[in-house]
Formats: sequence, C-alpha cells, structure tokens
Amino acid sequence: MWDYTEKVMDHYKNPRNVGEIENPSAIGEAGSLVCGDALKLYLKIDDNGVITDAKFQTFGCGSAVASSSVLTEMLKGLTVEEASKITNQQIADALGGLPPQKMHCSVMGHEALEDAIANYKGEDTKTHCEDKIICNCYHVTEKNLREAIEENNLTDLEEVMNYTKAGGACGQCHVAIQKIIDEIKNQKEKIDIKNMSTTQLILKVNNVIEKHIAPELRKDGGDIELIDVKENKVFVSLKGMCKSCKFSSNTLKNFVEASLKEHISADIEVVEV
Amino acid sequence: MTEKTIYLDNNATTMVDPKVFEAMKPYFCEYYGNPSSMHRFGGQTAKAVAKAREQVKNFLGASDSKEIIFTASGSEGDNMAIRGIIEANKTKKHIITTKVEHPAVLNVFKYFEKQGYDVTYLGVDSKGNIDLNELKNAITNDTAIVSMMYANNETGVILPVEKAAKLVKQINPKIKFHVDAVQAAGKIPIDVKNTDIDLMTIAGHKIHAPKGIGALYVKTGTLLPAFVIGGHQERGKRAGTENVPYIVGLGEACELAQKSLSYEMSEVKRLRDKLEQGIIKSIYNAKINGETENRVPNTTNIGFQYIEGELILLHLSDLGICASSGSACTSGSLEPSHVLKSMGVPFESLHGSIRFSLSRFTKEEEIDYVLKVLPEVIFKLNKISPYQKELKALEEKHK
Repeated sequence: MWDYTEKVMDHYKNPRNVGEIENPSAIGEAGSLVCGDALKLYLKIDDNGVITDAKFQTFGCGSAVASSSVLTEMLKGLTVEEASKITNQQIADALGGLPPQKMHCSVMGHEALEDAIANYKGEDTKTHCEDKIICNCYHVTEKNLREAIEENNLTDLEEVMNYTKAGGACGQCHVAIQKIIDEIKNQKEKIDIKNMSTTQLILKVNNVIEKHIAPELRKDGGDIELIDVKENKVFVSLKGMCKSCKFSSNTLKNFVEASLKEHISADIEVVEV
Repeated sequence: MTEKTIYLDNNATTMVDPKVFEAMKPYFCEYYGNPSSMHRFGGQTAKAVAKAREQVKNFLGASDSKEIIFTASGSEGDNMAIRGIIEANKTKKHIITTKVEHPAVLNVFKYFEKQGYDVTYLGVDSKGNIDLNELKNAITNDTAIVSMMYANNETGVILPVEKAAKLVKQINPKIKFHVDAVQAAGKIPIDVKNTDIDLMTIAGHKIHAPKGIGALYVKTGTLLPAFVIGGHQERGKRAGTENVPYIVGLGEACELAQKSLSYEMSEVKRLRDKLEQGIIKSIYNAKINGETENRVPNTTNIGFQYIEGELILLHLSDLGICASSGSACTSGSLEPSHVLKSMGVPFESLHGSIRFSLSRFTKEEEIDYVLKVLPEVIFKLNKISPYQKELKALEEKHK
C-alpha cells in the first residue's frame, strides 16, 4: 500500500473540478492509454489572461487523479503568465508530497499545463520532430527528460524513472538516460566553479589531474605536478618522459588543458612552469 | 476505513484456518524439542514432522514421504527445483518455461539467460492457454528442464501440466519437469502419481497455513543437489533445524484442503461465478480476462475498461473490500501485468484489471455486498475518465 498523505486521499476520494469545459480557451493533454495514465486539462481564460475556470479528466491511479485535481484548484484566478511558472514540485507540495515512485504523476500534471498554455498561445503543441524520443515505451522525449532532471535536481536513473517513467519498461534507454543525467551534472558543476574559492578550485583541478590526466601520462612513463592556480590559470609542471618529449606542448594543450576544460570549465588555461 | 473486511485476495495470501493454528500451538512452548535430538522430548517433534510429511505426501499423491522436502516458501521451492536441476545437468544449456509464470520462476530463468543459457519462453493465447505444439518444437537434446505453472495466479487459468510432462518425457525422458502448483493446490485435485512430473512446488499460505512454509515434491530418483548445505535435515537437501510448528501447520492445512476440495469446486465456484456474472451484467465496461471454463474455481480477473486499477482498489479498500490489480501503479514497478500483456489484453482493460480471489471462508453475503457497491464505485470513476466517448459507446452496446 502506498503511503499517501491525507490530502492525496482527500483529492482522489473527492476530486474537484472533474469534467469538460464547454468552449474552453485551451485544452492540454499528457500521457496516453498505453502508458497507463492520461490527463486532459480544460481552461477557461478571460480577456485579461486570467484563468477563470479549470477542469480535468484523468485516466490514472490515485495520485494521478489527486495531482490533476489539486492543479485545477491552483490554477483558478492565476494569469496565464503566473500559471506558466508552476512546477511539478509545487503540484506535489500542494498535496503534502507524493511517494517518490509517484512523482511522475505531478510531472504529468505539469506537462498537461504546459500543453494547455501552448495551446492557448496558438503554439504547436505536438511533439516537435527535433525532440528526440529517448524512451519509446512511454514516449518520453529528450526535452521532457532534461526539464524533469533540471527542475527537480534528479541525479540518478531511479529518480528519473520515478519522475518521468522513462526507462521503466524494456530498459533499452537506460544508457541514453544516464548520458543525459551525466551531461546535465557536468554542466552544473561547470557553472558552479565561477563562484568557487581558489582552494575549492585547486581541489577540483587536482582531482581531475589525478583521475583523468596523470594516469594517462604515467602509461607513457611521464607525469604531471600541479604547481599553482590563479584565477583561471592552472600552472603545471610536466615530469619524467614528458619533460624531454618533443610533443610536450601538444600534450599540454590538447590533452591536459582539454581535459580540465571538459571536466571543469571552458575558461581554464594551462601554463607550463 | 469501515470496520468490515471483505477479503477477496486469497491468491495473495489466505487466512490461517483456526484448526491449523490449533494444531500448531503446542509446538511453540510445550513441545519445542529439536527433532534431531536423541531424547524422547525431541522425538515427539520428530514424530510431528513425520506426520506432517505424510499429510503433504497424501495431499500431492506422492508415493513416498521421502519425496517431500519442507521449504520456507513457494519461491524457495521454485528456486530449489530449477536451480538444482540446472546444477545437476551442467552440460545442458537449454531451459523452457512460459511467459506467464510467477516471478519466482520467471526471474530464475532470466537469471540463467543472463548467464548465457538458451531460454524458451512459451507464449499464451488470448485466453491464457499454451500451445503444446510450441512446447514440442522447443525441446532439444540440450534441454535440461521444463518449468510450468499449474494454475496462473492472476487469471486462474489451468495449464495442461500432466499432458505437457508426458509429451516432454516421450521426446526425451532425461528432461526434468517441474510444476509450480502454488495457485492450484487446494483449488483443484492434484495427484502426481502416475504422472511424468518430477518436481512440484506448493506454498502453505495459499492454502490456509501460515506464511513462511512450503514444500517441494521431488520424485524418487531425481538427482537434486543440496540447496542449503549443512546438516542432515530434509535428507541433506535443505539443512537447518526444522520449523516444527509451521511444518505441522502445513501438514494440517494439506489435510483440510483435501477434505475441502469438493466444497471448493462446487460452492466456492458458485460464489465466484455469481460475482463474475453479476459484475458483467451490471457494469457495462467490465470484461473477463482469460479462459472462463478451464480455471481454478476461486479466481476471476476482470478488466474495467478506460479506468485505472489502483484507483479502483483504493476506492474498494475504503469500503473494506480487498482485491488486487495487475495495474502498473500498484506493483511499484511501472510495468503492467506481464501475464495480461502476454495474453494480448488491450490497453484499455489492461490497466484497469482487478483480480478477485475467493476462499472456502468467503460468505455469500460478502459477494452480495460487493455486487451492491461495486457498480456505484465504477460509475463514479468512469466520470473522471478522459475517454467519455468510448465509455458511452460501451454503455450503448451493453443495453
């Protein structure tokens, strides 16, 4: 049995705003019969862009119905602009939280809302061709994945599955999902270094050298030593075979600097001392 | 939550029969000796274990009580049988099972598939039946074991295990045949005598014994290595001091199950059919999943089209009604039932499939109560569905 909050139970037992709106200003859809949950969201929006009515129809489990129901309550009275800022986490929070395995229900609510707003603005609401589908079983696109991972700070495959269902069936896309998680993680870490202290940066540089650079150089009888870090400049000294190697400047630019740029920041410059 | 509990989830687990509980009681604080001890005190429990082994033997129709090994669960029996036979036939690299097995069998086969074994998963038709010709064609010289369930836990559909075992032995007598009879035991007559079945698993808690006890039948002459290495218990195949009270409970439960078989096959069946027919008659978006004739008498699996199973269960639970669902949402995984999917049940019923499973303790007024309240629940949930047009069409058709 799921550990649902009182609020979740209240909303699936007595769902608010069930049904269709006649002549709606916008309709948003998410999920499908195949996936096991689907949501249709209807909005009535007045001339000032204020949502005056919201209704829903949901095919799904208790938390899917509760997420849809609470979303319609949240939307009434907001401007479209304000509504567009609602996140899936806010939907989950409004229910007093959802079990981790059920977070995808809040994501579905968020997707239907996005779809409805796009529909209102007259944008193309169908999946864009360039949105590569990563999970074929649940039709989850790369865009959906990136949004869910970034907005909710997801760090591993299991979390991504809980939030998006992607990878929950045949499992063929696990590698592709992991790649996206890693990419986002790397990007995040890169952004953060600008706010780092010199000590933090030295630690990070040293870590990359020890993990990714030195082992490679040692294979060829060479080595590397970190001398100092000043702002974006990393001062290193090449040792062993590298010292006498005529390709050492090449190694420095194309391998040492490239590795630091890849793992830390594109701004890094390597200087040999 | 209402006070009332209407338990229609007996394929998940059953109530311990008070008679079984009574039989077990003395073996906790009174007769607690170790059956292996030399003193008379221990001898009393050895006798109790021997009696239980005899009861299980009679229940399965085995020819010798030595053929019964006590286990801690159905899953353990399945593992012991399949992994044991594979280990005892190391040169053979092909194994056969069906797509609709319980995870206790299916995941063991998947494990060996990953180890490089060649695995044949036999399919089922829309009613849940297998094709014996497919089995016949799958058998090779390299086949070590065929494992097939007697009755499916989700649909109750009975598989032709005796015929299948006979067929396998006709082609190659060296291939071992294991039957997972966890869901068939106590519901239909089981008799391994004069069959070609080599191994059979049962679990206590599905036949009104407690959880944590089961048995594996191993036909005399079947080579099976030790599953738990240690002492001499269970003829050295499963070491560990015997779980005396639970073994006594299983023995008693088997004897009671044998006595209740005719009730099960007439009265329980009548109540199941009443429930099923009542639902189909009163609810326009209800459809039976699987074979209706060749089924264990206590199980029905009904797909409620265009609504989702967990939501149905939650609402039923509020009314005190316990059932279960093949829906993805209830399992904790994202995947809906592999059994219903293998049968090709369409998505509109797949996610809304509910299993009701009765027992000899189910009362007629409980069935009447479900029939009274269920339509209201379903119609309320239908209103939430985005598939109003489809539902309307079903309603029209039903009239």
